[in-house]
Amino acid sequence: MQFTNRSNRLLRPAKPWFVYMSFFAALMLDYVPFGYNAAIPDWVALVLVFWCIREPQYIGMGIGFLLGILVDVGKSTAMGEHALAYVVLAFMANGLARRVMWFPALLQALHVLPMLLVAQMLIVGVQIFGGREFPEWDYFFSSFVGAALWLPLTYLLLLPQFQPVDRDENRPI
Amino acid sequence: MPVSDFQTRPVFKRGVSAKVRLLAYVAICLVILVADLRFRYTDSLRESLHTGTLPMLTIASEPVKLLGNATEHFSGLADLQEENARLHQRQSEGIERLMRFDELERENANLRGLLGMRKKMRVKSVAAEVLYNVPDSTARKIILDQGKDAGIAHGLAVVDAEGVLGQVTRVYPTQAEVTLITDRNQAISVQVVRSGLRGVVFGAGHGLRSLKDIPSRWQQVVQSDIGSGSLELRFVLANADIQPKDILVTSGLDGMFLPGLPVAEVESVDREAGAFARIACRPLGGVEKSVRVLVLGRVELPPPPPRPETGEPPPFPASPKAVRQPGEEG
Repeated sequence: MQFTNRSNRLLRPAKPWFVYMSFFAALMLDYVPFGYNAAIPDWVALVLVFWCIREPQYIGMGIGFLLGILVDVGKSTAMGEHALAYVVLAFMANGLARRVMWFPALLQALHVLPMLLVAQMLIVGVQIFGGREFPEWDYFFSSFVGAALWLPLTYLLLLPQFQPVDRDENRPI
Repeated sequence: MPVSDFQTRPVFKRGVSAKVRLLAYVAICLVILVADLRFRYTDSLRESLHTGTLPMLTIASEPVKLLGNATEHFSGLADLQEENARLHQRQSEGIERLMRFDELERENANLRGLLGMRKKMRVKSVAAEVLYNVPDSTARKIILDQGKDAGIAHGLAVVDAEGVLGQVTRVYPTQAEVTLITDRNQAISVQVVRSGLRGVVFGAGHGLRSLKDIPSRWQQVVQSDIGSGSLELRFVLANADIQPKDILVTSGLDGMFLPGLPVAEVESVDREAGAFARIACRPLGGVEKSVRVLVLGRVELPPPPPRPETGEPPPFPASPKAVRQPGEEG
């Protein structure tokens, strides 16, 4: 496992409990009832895309489906609305994982942005199917915020993997 | 460029391909969606999942609640005094009406008794607090801190001191979801106080501040621009007797809301729009502002009238065991 496929640094393998903890944390962040604010990104979608790109063998559509149902319950949206978006999101991220890993983090964000937008459009489509109106255009701003957060998120979620294999007591970090 | 072209082709066949799995998951999602949106089959599943995630939801809403409490705490003495004075004034205004109301109610009961009519039904109500607004771009919904355990049921009306706020659309054991009357999918049957004209008030969603930004092909999806109001009175003929400043109250015809609850005030009437007038209204209740609300119970039907007495109760058919003589045994 490398930081990107072009970097020389080898990372430690991701720990499953950390992956699931990050999903839990993202779910908690999504549940915080700030009211509607377009500047708040969809944390679950962002973390899901991250692990779908990093660990395409283990994290995929099944996890996306489960997370989507939980988000639907928590946000009291139609059952399956976020599940549908996250399943498609996981499919796209898994499919593009090998390609995205060849790019530096900033260019990775450019790959992530259209995926997040597609997921949001699916949610809007389901809402219109359920008889709602088309949202204001700033609704899609949250995807741009999410893409902008891609770089810091990459470093944050890879922190445990940056640890050296041989732990040096004199240099703990 | 199809996404799947970048997928690595596995050397060894391992299970179903990603595309097939995607189709399966999408099919499952669509089935669940239709089951929820059209038939509401998933309510029990949602309820149990909600109970499971309730600790997470509660913890997640704590910081926001804390922030709200802090704001309230530091809102200043002046505001509180002002509010206190306003409440005192309202109470003194209310007392006089209340006393008259008691008297009228007694008189009404007497008259009804004289006429031999059935008693007007009483309702049970539950006080609740708004936990938070549902974070959604187009839905206008709030979550209350009382649920099925407190006696809240699907379809009940939610009011504050000024008027109707909305209707309970989902009930969980300890929480309830209320769709506000400004939500686009919410309709309520009303009557104009002045003229007795009946109509149906619909929510206007976000009031379409940005209609010009929306391409014309979406304008069928979104609603036509009805001005600044966030409610619309529909299906009222252009020459009907209605004018700005008219007060709309619930008519009770829907069987859900009690009759006579104040709903909205008419803001503008446009009679040039076609066969029907285009009427914008402003909600009277503190929709999207109120923190403490009242959930009005459904009108309880009186117990069925007693059967007319037919003298003796019908003789109970004796069981064969009871009529059997002791001598017959063995």
